[in-house]
Amino acid sequence: MSVPGVRPLLRLEGVTKRFGSTLALDGVDFDLRAGEIHALMGENGAGKSTLMKILAGNIQRDSGRILLDGAEVEIRSPAEAKAHGIAIIHQELNTVPAMTVAENLALGREPRNRYGALDRRAMLDSAHEKLARIGAGIDPRRELGELSVGMQQLVEIARAVSEDARILVLDEPTAALSQGEALHLYDVIEEMRAAGAALVYISHRMEEVWRLADRVTVFRDGRYVATRDRAEITPPDVVSMMVGRDLDDLYHRGPRTPGAVVLDVRDLTGGGRVGPVSLQVRAGEVVCLAGLVGAGRTEVARMIFGADRALGGTVTVNGAPVTATGPRRAIAAGIAMVPESRKEQALFLDHSVEDNIALGSLERFGGAGVLRRGRIRGAVKVQMRRLRLRLSALGRPAGELSGGNQQKAVLARWLMRDADVLILDEPTRGVDIGAKSEIYEIVAELAAAGKAVLVVSSDLPEAIGISDRILVMREGRVVRELDSRTATEQDVMLHATGTLARTAGGPND
Amino acid sequence: MTDHTIAGERHETAWRSPERGPGFAYWWDRLGIVAVLIVLVALMAVIAPNFATVDNLLNIARSISINAILAAGMTFVILTAGIDLSVGSIVAVSGVVAVLSAVADVPAPLAIVAGVLAGAVAGLLNGLLTSYLALAAFIVTLGTMTCLRGLAYTMTDGQPIVSNTLNFRDIGNGYMLGVPVPVVVMAVVYLVAWFLLERTRYGRHVYAVGGNAEAARLAGVNVRAVTTSVYVLAGACAGLAGVIFAARVVSAQPTAGTGYELDAIAAVVLGGTSLMGGRGRILGTLVGSIILGVLSTGLILMNVPFFTQLLVKGVVIILAIGIDSLKRRPLRLSR
Repeated sequence: MSVPGVRPLLRLEGVTKRFGSTLALDGVDFDLRAGEIHALMGENGAGKSTLMKILAGNIQRDSGRILLDGAEVEIRSPAEAKAHGIAIIHQELNTVPAMTVAENLALGREPRNRYGALDRRAMLDSAHEKLARIGAGIDPRRELGELSVGMQQLVEIARAVSEDARILVLDEPTAALSQGEALHLYDVIEEMRAAGAALVYISHRMEEVWRLADRVTVFRDGRYVATRDRAEITPPDVVSMMVGRDLDDLYHRGPRTPGAVVLDVRDLTGGGRVGPVSLQVRAGEVVCLAGLVGAGRTEVARMIFGADRALGGTVTVNGAPVTATGPRRAIAAGIAMVPESRKEQALFLDHSVEDNIALGSLERFGGAGVLRRGRIRGAVKVQMRRLRLRLSALGRPAGELSGGNQQKAVLARWLMRDADVLILDEPTRGVDIGAKSEIYEIVAELAAAGKAVLVVSSDLPEAIGISDRILVMREGRVVRELDSRTATEQDVMLHATGTLARTAGGPND
Repeated sequence: MTDHTIAGERHETAWRSPERGPGFAYWWDRLGIVAVLIVLVALMAVIAPNFATVDNLLNIARSISINAILAAGMTFVILTAGIDLSVGSIVAVSGVVAVLSAVADVPAPLAIVAGVLAGAVAGLLNGLLTSYLALAAFIVTLGTMTCLRGLAYTMTDGQPIVSNTLNFRDIGNGYMLGVPVPVVVMAVVYLVAWFLLERTRYGRHVYAVGGNAEAARLAGVNVRAVTTSVYVLAGACAGLAGVIFAARVVSAQPTAGTGYELDAIAAVVLGGTSLMGGRGRILGTLVGSIILGVLSTGLILMNVPFFTQLLVKGVVIILAIGIDSLKRRPLRLSR
């Protein structure tokens, strides 16, 4: 499938890697040309990161060949990878936050003056030059830790470029970036491609893959599935290749007839120009808050739950006002929230899965403060089965679970509590397609059971697919309500970005 | 295997299947410190004459009881990722309060309660400052450590208050069924602490606050109340220890308990509780406390000079903690 006449810069043939009894990579092929962006896709555990670690020299393959410019090479250490011109930009950055940008860029190769002392002038000049090469307007005298994650990532790319990397591997580079930072990163990547670099782009985000990639390779279960020119395929094709089956019914949305209003939010106002926001969610209804990052969706969700203090407005559940002075009051009123960041805000990574799930509803089992351990364990098992979590995980630390299973554990906590209102903030972020589908199924089940579900989602197909109504937020307010059955991604984006208001916003609108 | 594999299942297949039962790592994690203790005791029994006698072992038990009681309270605090440096000074204050009460003809049980309450009130102050004003526990308790020491000196004019007829002296010097009373008190404290941490909702909340305070809050745990409560418990334990100390020396000593906070912290950490919070066990603390006590007594029996004893104690603490962190992550010498 490689085009005749285009010789690949890098070629992997039959690369195999085994960890204990697990075959992480099973004879995979991969080729990369100069001047292309090649997206590597697959579910978590498909073998993408293993392949990247082999390229980075962090681990060694068991068998197979690595060809660079047609000649077989060995990559035995990160230093050798660097010598071959291969640079990896990880999600976790390899930089020193307490040092300045210039010091980071010069790390290990600090310029000296003729007395052998550090030549700060030369260091700054070269830092300016390196940053200018990728068009990053960053002051090299600033301390790296003060910069946003996106900026820090640019510094890392500047370092890779300055080390004459010909092959750049980006592993989920936009996971922690704001929209604006991501856009700038896209520009930098596209410029590098134009300059002849070869880029491997690992991402779960279909839209950015579609925007950037020239070719797409899919791995599944450690095996090579296919490589296609991006122009020849559609996103559903890629998803089918990733999961090995069709996803017609991914969202599990059946016909629903919402009942009475359960969650009623009036004029909720928060700091940072959020609100006033009013919204209602009915029993058996899924409502999605859509909008760009920074539109105030998470802020609204957190204020309803009492995680942040609202400056004004009221929240009512089943007609009873909630004085949401904190999450405890909200929980007592029947509201549950799965927060945006499961590791920082929801999970106890060292604690067992059982403890993580049970924590939200310990008092429901009575016993006047003494744990009813048998009953609690029984109830935890019920939820784990319901969410298809392996029961053998019960006593394991939550930190050992995959992202998808961690998210299911957080969901299990609130399912066990049997709350009337569920607020799910980005419930499928960083979750593989298989777990996503299961989470959608649970959302559908909850609605069918008469719960009111409010979802914050940045994934447009998901937002439309799982909900009954979409509330589009912009600049802290709900600007539009859309019916999910008729709404398109374009509709949502137009309202989210305010394009409609600016271009077509006449008296006839 | 089905056609698609969810990442989590892949992880899980690598896990030990429940049928095989917990492996070596599991038991080492729980009992490694006990093994250290057994080796230490065996070593002492061989080297030091008179070590393995009932009298000596009971003496050791009595001598560790004060540190062990302090360490029990400290365990709660450290489990929430906090620290309490003031417990040594609380020992002095509560001893003074109890002795002054007894001297004023307050009945023995009430004098004891007064001492414990004094400790609990001091702990409440620590807790409120730490949780509601969100001040760093290290700084707050460093401050109260100094204040309370000053208070102990002020209440006694800097002089010991000796009372040969002290009505609650039995709590330090008496025996119950041949067992020294402080040892009985220590056993009760550990029983209660174990029950609280392992068998009650409150215990789960203590672990949750230390494991991830924000996640605990969003899961409905009253983080401030839990944080306050652990300092109250630590203060009450210190109060109890102070009363026992005063009974032992039949007097109120304003200098009592100086440096005890560090021994208590050492016992907790030696027992495997993480200073980062959320991880550890109360019985580990008891074992840690016993190790420190056995070591001191053994070194005395071996006629090791005091200065050398300190050296050895320090080395043992660092070694034990080194072993503990090694078993948590694989040894990696490169990079």
